[in-house]
Amino acid sequence: MNRISASSASQRENSFLFLRQCFTIAAKDLRAEWRTKEALNASLAFSTVILILFSFALDPNPEMLQEFSGGLLWLVFLFAGALVLNRSFAREMQNDCLDALLASPVPPSGLFLGKALANYALLMMLEFLCLAEFGILFNVRWLGNIGPLALVMALGTWALTVIGTMFSALTVNLRLREVMLPVLVYPMMVPPMMAAMILTTDLLAGNALAGNMLWVRVLVGFDVIFTLLGVALIDTVLVG
Amino acid sequence: MRNRILLLLTAAFAVLIAWNLKNILLSLPDEARQDAVYRILYFHAPAAMVGLTGFGVGMVFSGIYLATKNLYWDTLAASTTEVSLMLAAINLVTGSIWGRQQWGVWWAWDARLTSMLVCWLVFAGYLMMRRAVQEPDTRARLSAVISVFGTVNAWFVYKVIEWVPRLQHPAPVLSFRTGGKIDRQLETPFFWMVLAYVLLAVILVMIRMRQESVAREIDSLRRLAHA
Repeated sequence: MNRISASSASQRENSFLFLRQCFTIAAKDLRAEWRTKEALNASLAFSTVILILFSFALDPNPEMLQEFSGGLLWLVFLFAGALVLNRSFAREMQNDCLDALLASPVPPSGLFLGKALANYALLMMLEFLCLAEFGILFNVRWLGNIGPLALVMALGTWALTVIGTMFSALTVNLRLREVMLPVLVYPMMVPPMMAAMILTTDLLAGNALAGNMLWVRVLVGFDVIFTLLGVALIDTVLVG
Repeated sequence: MRNRILLLLTAAFAVLIAWNLKNILLSLPDEARQDAVYRILYFHAPAAMVGLTGFGVGMVFSGIYLATKNLYWDTLAASTTEVSLMLAAINLVTGSIWGRQQWGVWWAWDARLTSMLVCWLVFAGYLMMRRAVQEPDTRARLSAVISVFGTVNAWFVYKVIEWVPRLQHPAPVLSFRTGGKIDRQLETPFFWMVLAYVLLAVILVMIRMRQESVAREIDSLRRLAHA
């Protein structure tokens, strides 16, 4: 009896330790980003430029915006997100930091989840700034549906984060890293992006989420499956 | 021995495809609503079936590589994926031709079409990634992971399509699928065509494997010469 409770206590301790390791990595990444702000500044500037270019490309009248708003927004998130994600593992290349991280007691899955959390926080911040910008530049009201919209953004962004972080780890040592990441990530992102775009367009048009639960299920399913796959396979990618 | 098997398979494929083509092009009657163009189905659908299965088989080989770390399995996985990518391309092109004839457009952004294109792009990325890595072990490891991600993604998309209510692409017609109804006379050549595609895939993978082993031999000879 004692032994069982001891082992379950040590298990709890282990999972607590794992969580703490994840948060340590995430905090480290966020702190580094906060001090330099290089990924955030670049992606924010980039997304502003894209939003402005869209207005020339599409002649935004209210009806057209109604149809395209979700798609436009997620395209901006994807493009700007790639900049953040590209930096995620690439920043560890200097001074062989990645090797040091792998040699540390943090398991690769902890490293992956920690980096994913940091990317997630950055992307969410970026997306809300973009959304505000989008609302102002294109005169779209989004505050009325903010709850469901935040849910869709949270789910869609996690999909982008998991796939992006995984492929960021995968491409970190490649020649042509900056090109390979989008080439690999964007096709993988089609199912969740399709769902997120449809949902966001609908929500920005003022409709309720309830009519579109199919797409929410797609997002949740994608998030769960690929998070598990990422955690299971990151060991292979980073260590071999 | 392997050469003889390859030769035998090729002969079997040649006979099968000739007999099948004769059946499909000469013996079968035209379809009621589509006239002659429905025959493209015999090239279009089996290519998708064998191609998608091939991606799955490639994933299994990748998994075996990860378990054994034997580069043979990596080469096999890459060859299978390459051939499957070609079959997927055949599927896309024939579908496009059929669409032009029946719908009046080369391409429609229907879920089924899009999913195949996405699948094609994912595995094209897989092959591009292989070219970007020089070191064989790293290449094998990374491409195995992409193969798993890509195949799971393809499977996911395939499931999602079944939830999407309205599709432009025709629903499955084969008798073992629910709701499929096709005349027996039209269905039998279809299955022979599937077999022909499987044979073709096996033959091409075998040739690709041989090419790979020759390349490795040349490489080691070159190294020997330089040493």
